[in-house]
Amino acid sequence: MLYRENGQFKTSYASDQQIFPILQDRVTIGLLLLIAFFLVPLVGTEYLFRAILIPFLILSLAALGLNILVGYCGQISLGTGAFMAVGAYAAYNFQVRIDGMPVLLSMLLGGVCATAVGVVFGIPSLRIKGLYLAVATLAAQFFVDWAFLRIKWFTNDSASGSVSVANLSVLGLPIESPMAKYLFCLSFLTVFSLLAKNLVRSHIGREWMAIRDMDVAAAVIGIRPVHAKLTAFAVSSFIVGVSGALWGFVYLGSWEPAAFSIDRSFQLLFMVIIGGLGSIMGSFFGAAFIVLMPILLDQLLPAVGALVGLQFDTALVSHVVSMIFGALIVFFLIVEPHGLARLWSVGKEKMRLWPFPH
Amino acid sequence: MAFFLETTIGGLMSGMLYSLVALGFVLIFKASGVFNFAQGAMVLFAALAMARFATWIPQWTGLSGKLLINVLAFGVAMLVMVVVAWVIERLVLSKLVNQEGITLLMATLGITYFLDGFGQTIFGSDIYKIDVGLPKDPVFLLEKAFEGGILVNQEDLAAAAIAAALVALLAAFFQYTSTGRALRAVADDHQAAQSIGIPLSRIWVIVWSVAGFVALVAGVIWGSKLGVQFSLSLVALKALPVVILGGLTSVPGAIIGGLIIGVGEKLSEVFIGPYFGGGIEIWFAYVLALVFLLVRPQGLFGEKIIDRV
Repeated sequence: MLYRENGQFKTSYASDQQIFPILQDRVTIGLLLLIAFFLVPLVGTEYLFRAILIPFLILSLAALGLNILVGYCGQISLGTGAFMAVGAYAAYNFQVRIDGMPVLLSMLLGGVCATAVGVVFGIPSLRIKGLYLAVATLAAQFFVDWAFLRIKWFTNDSASGSVSVANLSVLGLPIESPMAKYLFCLSFLTVFSLLAKNLVRSHIGREWMAIRDMDVAAAVIGIRPVHAKLTAFAVSSFIVGVSGALWGFVYLGSWEPAAFSIDRSFQLLFMVIIGGLGSIMGSFFGAAFIVLMPILLDQLLPAVGALVGLQFDTALVSHVVSMIFGALIVFFLIVEPHGLARLWSVGKEKMRLWPFPH
Repeated sequence: MAFFLETTIGGLMSGMLYSLVALGFVLIFKASGVFNFAQGAMVLFAALAMARFATWIPQWTGLSGKLLINVLAFGVAMLVMVVVAWVIERLVLSKLVNQEGITLLMATLGITYFLDGFGQTIFGSDIYKIDVGLPKDPVFLLEKAFEGGILVNQEDLAAAAIAAALVALLAAFFQYTSTGRALRAVADDHQAAQSIGIPLSRIWVIVWSVAGFVALVAGVIWGSKLGVQFSLSLVALKALPVVILGGLTSVPGAIIGGLIIGVGEKLSEVFIGPYFGGGIEIWFAYVLALVFLLVRPQGLFGEKIIDRV
């Protein structure tokens, strides 16, 4: 009853091609944005911002970037952590080495550097496919880890490779309080999601999907594989690089190369797969799932243990959390191999028929 | 020259150990098309089981005698790995038949987390020792030809010998037993194999058990070298370039790839590393594999990938 496009006639091409063709979708998204921008800052506690919302927003952004590469263009990458690291360290260098550099600009330039590195490591994808490519992208991961640890110039000659930034401000507004950080990340995410959503439904996005579905056939009908694959790597690495800069600057404040290790790459890939390959919405679902679940398990486990009369020490808790995490991932893959986004669209279909399913 | 040879031999030895882990990847990929990221976790799990049972068995039964206990612990650990293989097949793989490669890859990553957590929950997360009596002292070879001879680690020699024996054993198993023939048939074509009456699910359990066995042997050798601890599961990351270099579907590829990576890694670390500030081993292997892949995208011995529209 509530969710149906009946009676919403499109009378112009513009209205036919808008992002959310159904009125209800527009209202929902508008409401969500209003809540996220105005209500949440009013009621949110510091813990909520610091531990949940900020990591969720930044990792959603990274997952969005990765989804463009893996979900839309079909190139599996295990080097996402590396591109995040490039973004973070490049932004740091712009920030430290150039006086009076605006934070916003250095973050975007960090993204540009990540783009360059991403394209370089994307070149093998022209020749190598599938799982071979997945393993080959690990080269990026290990090389970048090594470079930031060993080449002192990148880390401004700090001994352990750890760097820090402080006193962030954008256009004269300080980004210090958790709320300001939250709003900062949220604005980034909103802008980039809008860009990504528009990009994947443009001719570039269609090229990516054609390459994903079958690259030989796509080449036959005149899509340039070189162009499509490298633009996917470029756009994806740019977004991932910016999210890396955010992760370093806003979430961590001071960081070392280990913050962007291979585990981060796996974590992001989990988000994309569990959320749904080839879905912008899925990136958010996946990020929420992967960010929230360990926190929930961490909180729940000692409580459950106390009920049964068991004492868990921290090491054991972390092992059990890792166990349950692994099991849940396998469970989700079995139950819904197409990700949470598929559940979402199934739910929407049901809504359209409700309350008369036949 | 002696130093060069010494480095090369050291590289060959560690390459042999990489091949051992790589072999596990190849076996499973060949038979079920699953890129098993959990191989490293299986190595850790097997080694943990072996190390713990080697201390538990004397406590429980009062048996003594190092050889007997080691054999018993090995047997029990093998049993554990078979159970793990069976559970994985039952609960995970059989539910994910016909899914895309990346979904299966992610499922094995989930298994990795599970096994890492599970192993350390039940076996504890301290550093354990495995002592199977591998000789530890270094020996000098070819003292006549070179001044001072070439220093070779006996432990490495023994490990390489075991690895070589294992490879021969597996090759014979694949070539001459009926199970081995069935395994090769499944590897060639799932549907055809099924249509002539080869039970896929049983074959998968067998393959995962064989991979578990390989993991156990690798775990025992690496464990007696480095001690059994979490970092053992990272051995898998070292074996990945070996697998793609040799080709995902080729057993000889895993061996030769391992040797190439082992030697390349050691030589580069010793002769090129100092110019870059050291520590280049880990990415050098990947870059080396990448360069080979640019020439042969399916690896050195992998089956040629043919794209059809």
